[in-house]
Amino acid sequence: MFNTLKKSAAALAIASLISAPAIAGDLVINFDDPNPAPKEGFETAVEKFKAANPDINVIVNITDREAHKTAIRNFLSADAPDVTSWYPGNRMAPFVNAGQFEDVSDLWESEGFNESLASTSSAMTIDGKQWGVPYTYYQWGIYYRKDVFEAQGIDVPANWEELLAASAKLKEAGVTPFTIGTKYLWTAAGVFDYLNLRTNGYDVHNDLTAGKIKYTDPRIVDVFEKWKQLVEPGYFVENHATMSWQEALAPFVAGEAAMYVMGNFSVAAMRDAGLTDDQIDYFPFPEITPGVPRAEEAPADAFFIPTNAKNKEDARKFLAFIAQPDVQTEWNATIGQLPINKNASVGDDKFLQKGFETVSTASGLAQFFDRDAPAEMAKAGMEGFQEFMVKPDRLDAILKRLDKVQERVYK
Amino acid sequence: MSSTDSAELALNNSSGPPSGQRSWLHRNRIKLAPWLFLLPGLIFFFIYVIAPIFQSIWISFYEWDGLSDKEWVGFANYVELMDDDRFYTSLVNNVWWLLLYMLAVPAGLGIALFLNQTVTGIRLYKSLFFFPFVISQVVVGLIFSWFYNPDFGIVGIVWEFFGATPPAILADEDLVTFGIIFAGLWPQIAYCMILYLTGLNNVSPDQVEAGRLDNAKGWKMLWYVILPQLKPATFIAVVVTVIGALRSFDLIAIMTQGGPYGSSNVLAYYMFETALSEYGFRMGYGSAIATVLFLIMLVYISFFLWRMYQDERG
Amino acid sequence: MFPKPIEKSSAGVRRGYQVLLPIALFIWLLPLLAIFLTSIRPAIDINSGNVFGVPSDFLLIENYKAVFVQSKAGMYLWNSVRITIPTVIFAVGLSCLTGYALSVYRFKWAVPLFFVFVAGNFVPFQILMVPVRDLSVNTGLYNTVTGLVLFHSAFQLGFCTLFMRNFIKALPYELIESARIDGVGEFKIFWYLVLPLVKPAIAALSVLIFTFIWNDFFWATVLIQGDHALPITAGVRALNGQFVSQWQLVSAASLLAAVPPVVMFFAMQKHFIAGLTLGATKG
Repeated sequence: MFNTLKKSAAALAIASLISAPAIAGDLVINFDDPNPAPKEGFETAVEKFKAANPDINVIVNITDREAHKTAIRNFLSADAPDVTSWYPGNRMAPFVNAGQFEDVSDLWESEGFNESLASTSSAMTIDGKQWGVPYTYYQWGIYYRKDVFEAQGIDVPANWEELLAASAKLKEAGVTPFTIGTKYLWTAAGVFDYLNLRTNGYDVHNDLTAGKIKYTDPRIVDVFEKWKQLVEPGYFVENHATMSWQEALAPFVAGEAAMYVMGNFSVAAMRDAGLTDDQIDYFPFPEITPGVPRAEEAPADAFFIPTNAKNKEDARKFLAFIAQPDVQTEWNATIGQLPINKNASVGDDKFLQKGFETVSTASGLAQFFDRDAPAEMAKAGMEGFQEFMVKPDRLDAILKRLDKVQERVYK
Repeated sequence: MSSTDSAELALNNSSGPPSGQRSWLHRNRIKLAPWLFLLPGLIFFFIYVIAPIFQSIWISFYEWDGLSDKEWVGFANYVELMDDDRFYTSLVNNVWWLLLYMLAVPAGLGIALFLNQTVTGIRLYKSLFFFPFVISQVVVGLIFSWFYNPDFGIVGIVWEFFGATPPAILADEDLVTFGIIFAGLWPQIAYCMILYLTGLNNVSPDQVEAGRLDNAKGWKMLWYVILPQLKPATFIAVVVTVIGALRSFDLIAIMTQGGPYGSSNVLAYYMFETALSEYGFRMGYGSAIATVLFLIMLVYISFFLWRMYQDERG
Repeated sequence: MFPKPIEKSSAGVRRGYQVLLPIALFIWLLPLLAIFLTSIRPAIDINSGNVFGVPSDFLLIENYKAVFVQSKAGMYLWNSVRITIPTVIFAVGLSCLTGYALSVYRFKWAVPLFFVFVAGNFVPFQILMVPVRDLSVNTGLYNTVTGLVLFHSAFQLGFCTLFMRNFIKALPYELIESARIDGVGEFKIFWYLVLPLVKPAIAALSVLIFTFIWNDFFWATVLIQGDHALPITAGVRALNGQFVSQWQLVSAASLLAAVPPVVMFFAMQKHFIAGLTLGATKG
């Protein structure tokens, strides 16, 4: 028996030896996007950081975004990296409230971020403190196949009626107006947010995601009625619930679908799939209710220091580094997004120029439904959106269910 | 102590007369030995399996996000479950899983009967038929998601061959659960098949001959002569199939994550989603779901243990 | 033998059976064949709809190499080995002890304890999830190979004990008895007499546990989140996120994940089936 025990103990010891923990002097960074362009942008920045800080041993974990969203709860409390990417707004609230993110107001103070990153400071602030450092943001809007529009003689729609007319024309020509992949739900929230922002405006978006307006409120019902005008005639691709946003690119690339309500990160994927800049273009989501000031979706991505990080000193160095204008300029040029630092320059790519123009003239910037609403509400809401897109006649039941969830989540 | 004494001890458990010549330890070694053998395993099993069951039930009376402090809420989680559409959807799907998964038992028997021959190469055929069981459910799930893809999957090709529009099986709330169950049946049938093949190997030839003399053939022979002899195989096949059905987690995680809009959820996945996923860290609520699942399983566990108890006595 | 041996049937039936056999196998393994074909296709085939025809180019080496170069598949495979092998040693080793204790000694706790192990083996994972995760987090075992190995070993102990106990129970009890009469110590009886006799059971259990653990996905998802300890099953899911729409690479990675248990199965087929079907014949 003793023998066996000894052997077991030995096996145990061996097993524990194999998993080597990170030691001080290491800087562990968790990043959430393995797609080619974002990965390259991140890795280039890390290389530059290493070159500037040769004494820091940087260890990088890159996971798929959907997996990262699930994993973060685990690693923050259990095995925290020194820096992790995450999202501002309500999306960071649970971790801030639970004391899992480090207060970095000191960094904002000493590095002058309150001024240089001012545009995103409200999204990074809870209880008057800043909890992370943003490195990029991007516009949302409608990406469309310029060549398909031209072939059908369609102009860029400026309002809801024109959008519906354009859709009808495309549909008639055998082209599905919109592609979308709702397997991971959030894409549907982009459509919902825009319909809401254009129908009711920025304040209603904020009140809804803050739980101050019910989903059965006539204003929200109105949003869904607008949406119905796109769903019922079949203006979205079929089978969208089986596709991720990347898979939904296929009909767009093939010219079988002409528009895509998306964020600017999708441009890189469109180009990778072989579309040229002559074929694709961008326009802001058109006006619905005349007179409602134009607000835009412009989610930012940021880096945070977990409270349980082991190497907070170097983590702060990294956060300061990624806010530098030249770093943000280069990084965002690679990933096709907009830098936050006002001293950085926007890439001369046409999408970035148009996007910058769109967001900098907007009356308000929303983070996104699933960043502005608390996680549980966001999940239920987006499932509801997906269900609505498949079964629009269930609208009443869906909205009642969302009210029920809302009541519980915001108690 | 004489050696006959010790043999008696072993047989009568502990009632042998102590001779008092050796130490207490030595005298009681037969009594102590099983505990020493059991101890490491028992401690281990207790920490990781037995205790967590009760802890989970305990946690189900709390509201807890895994980050802040637990808050006692009594039966509130269970009350909420009663009013949760997603929970009922999952429960109904679990029933479908249990019912349809059972098809693996007759299907496995069918293939086993088909393969129970002695032609050349049959051994290789048997192993190849068993193949799907060895593969991870993750891989099975990926294979079938690709199969079901209406644009470039096999299903799409078959439907288009007949000039029909292929259904998006994994995006259709009415089809999705059946699509996943079908994928799950593939390895499960293989499992049942191997159980029956072994069972058929041990069917007594005398009784088959006797049956033949009684003019029993085909179905009659199968029903009255063969199946009674396959009872142990059937029992195990049913047990592993029930457990497989209630553990249906991997396929759902890979193929749909419970979607579209929760329509393919089952308790096992819904519990995980509520307790550990991106959109919720409701440990208490999740534990309440797990407790319900556990109670369902408990029915089967009790049945199995009762059967075993009969065996032990008989 | 049932059904009637095919040799006793007419030539036509025999021929028919010989033809039917490969066809049935082909249909049965169609999903696997399809995924294998996909794994050696160029991406262009899949995008152009050629998913079941002859690949336009055979990229066996290229695609599989791409999986290793573009992802951490190699690391995931190695992690699976580091998780699976110690678990097999640990669970099977401990169950030799528990199985022996519960079969050879007749004490009043023998049957109840045995039933506890059996019942534990059937418990749904979800009822253990929150506490086990919590325990791992609090003991620093979360996100480590060690943590996963410890849990797996403990959980598999239920099945292993059931298996070992029944196997040892079927051994002739007189052997142990006569050794006791000869004054052999209890541990020596176990070590020198019983252990050599249960070698087949150890072999059977080992291959079974190897397959179970290798294919585990749930616990890897719950207890591991970093690449440094992620096994291939969970890794394949991660790759699926990374290689979106690149089905040829997803297929190749999936098949790679399936190779070790398949090899194990074919190499140890006799033991594997013996283990799986224990209890399917007696009773």
